Amino acid sequence: MTVTLPVATQAPAPSTSGSRADLGPATHLSCRECGAATALGPFYACTECFGPLEVAYDFGAVSRERIEAGPPSIWRYRDLLPVPARVAGIPNTDPGWTRLVRADRLARELGIETLWIKDDSGNPTHSFKDRVVAVALAAARELGFTVLACPSTGNLANAVAAAAARAGIRSFVFVPRDLEQQKIVTTAVYGTALVAVEGTYDDVNRLASELAGEHEDWAFVNVNVRPYYAEGSKTLGYEVSEQLGWRLPRQVVIPVASGAQLVKVDKAFRELTELGLVEGEPPRVFGAQAAGCSPVSAAFKAGHDVVRPVRPSTIAKSLAIGNPADGPYVLDVARRTDGAVEDVTDNEIVEGIRLLARTEGIFAETAGGVTVAVLAKLVREGLLDPGAETVVFNTGDGLKTLDAVSTVVGPVGTIAPTTDAFDALVPEVSAR
Amino acid sequence: MSGTVAVRVPTILRTYTGGESDVAVPIGEGATLADVVAALEAAFPGIAGRVVDDTGQLRRFVNVYVDDDDVRFAAGLQTPTPDGTKVSVIPAVAGG
Repeated sequence: MTVTLPVATQAPAPSTSGSRADLGPATHLSCRECGAATALGPFYACTECFGPLEVAYDFGAVSRERIEAGPPSIWRYRDLLPVPARVAGIPNTDPGWTRLVRADRLARELGIETLWIKDDSGNPTHSFKDRVVAVALAAARELGFTVLACPSTGNLANAVAAAAARAGIRSFVFVPRDLEQQKIVTTAVYGTALVAVEGTYDDVNRLASELAGEHEDWAFVNVNVRPYYAEGSKTLGYEVSEQLGWRLPRQVVIPVASGAQLVKVDKAFRELTELGLVEGEPPRVFGAQAAGCSPVSAAFKAGHDVVRPVRPSTIAKSLAIGNPADGPYVLDVARRTDGAVEDVTDNEIVEGIRLLARTEGIFAETAGGVTVAVLAKLVREGLLDPGAETVVFNTGDGLKTLDAVSTVVGPVGTIAPTTDAFDALVPEVSAR
Repeated sequence: MSGTVAVRVPTILRTYTGGESDVAVPIGEGATLADVVAALEAAFPGIAGRVVDDTGQLRRFVNVYVDDDDVRFAAGLQTPTPDGTKVSVIPAVAGG
């Protein structure tokens, strides 16, 4: 079957070759497994050992004042990201600087003293993925890519499609066929070439990896520009610290899909400490998974340092990565910081969504339900200190995963438009 | 010789295959993935050391598929690879 693909409204213009790319304070790529150094470029796996490459920097002098004078977006942290200094002036979705909500009612319900929600549903396409895509797009432009692409469980699909539309470049988005309808619509509307693939996310991911090898001018944001993309998640850690008044929380609970977000938030906390921008020890880091896709939690509990892939089966589709690329590093972070990785059932996820909505007025997607439910479980198990300041991350919007709760919430009743009918339905509030 | 196996080579290993993204290697009766790796090494010296580590195990960040199955769900390097099998080697650092 052939289809007519949407085309960009303006011709892509590679700004420069990889060797002359302006990637700000980034100096090179470093293998997280063997330490081998690679020049900055469109590389993601170490040629020595296949290990993941990570951006290395020379930050120079970075001050709180310079950051605070920056724009109300992730670009206030441009001096800490692999992007050119002028990045905020290039068309992008300007994500980040989302609210940090004091969650006293939820805290009381769970028996915690001080609790905050980092609510990243406030991003342009309503998930934290706008952060990573914005950084990937900025780097991809510098590296000369002309097309933006990704395999996605949904949130990334939204973010890539929107960012490409705003940048005026062509995009291809690959998703599992059984994705939530809301995420299909909220991707396709941006005019991307959305391709539904028969299989799981891991199958889609494999396809994307093979396509990345065939289309050298395509930036698969989470494949061949993944070292740059993943750095975008650091901004969650920077923001939490700045919003707390340049202070680190004592504990954080973060959802785990590939694990990259958790690992990069930990990296952000350590960078801020090393740069002297905050004081104190980096927090204990807890990872949250769904029981139906819990390879990292299982490895943590078993004391393993490798993650055995699983075939996912959970309503938390945005976390349904059975073969998580950063799983081993999540284990390292959780163990190094005296944290843990825990998982919860689908029923607990639904209850987590409802609990957060009922106590704080925040409607989280299933990943947020996972995080809140894991928070509750960690408190019950005595693994999380209820007396220590804690931040939990809500990384997406409940409007994208309505199916998860549509069968358990609804009207208290349907009545005729009369006061008698209302009084009969809710007699305890009757005025007569 | 009792057949061939087609191997999809990732970009970072194509320096060993002269830039080829798809190669075919000969295999014998009852061959396994380990035999395919050995055949690759015979044809493209040095390539095996990139896929398996010093202890002879698949490297931590390599995904290998025999036909459509991740060999970690099968028998790893002992996964059977009969005549006509398609093997795909892919860096694991992707996704999410």
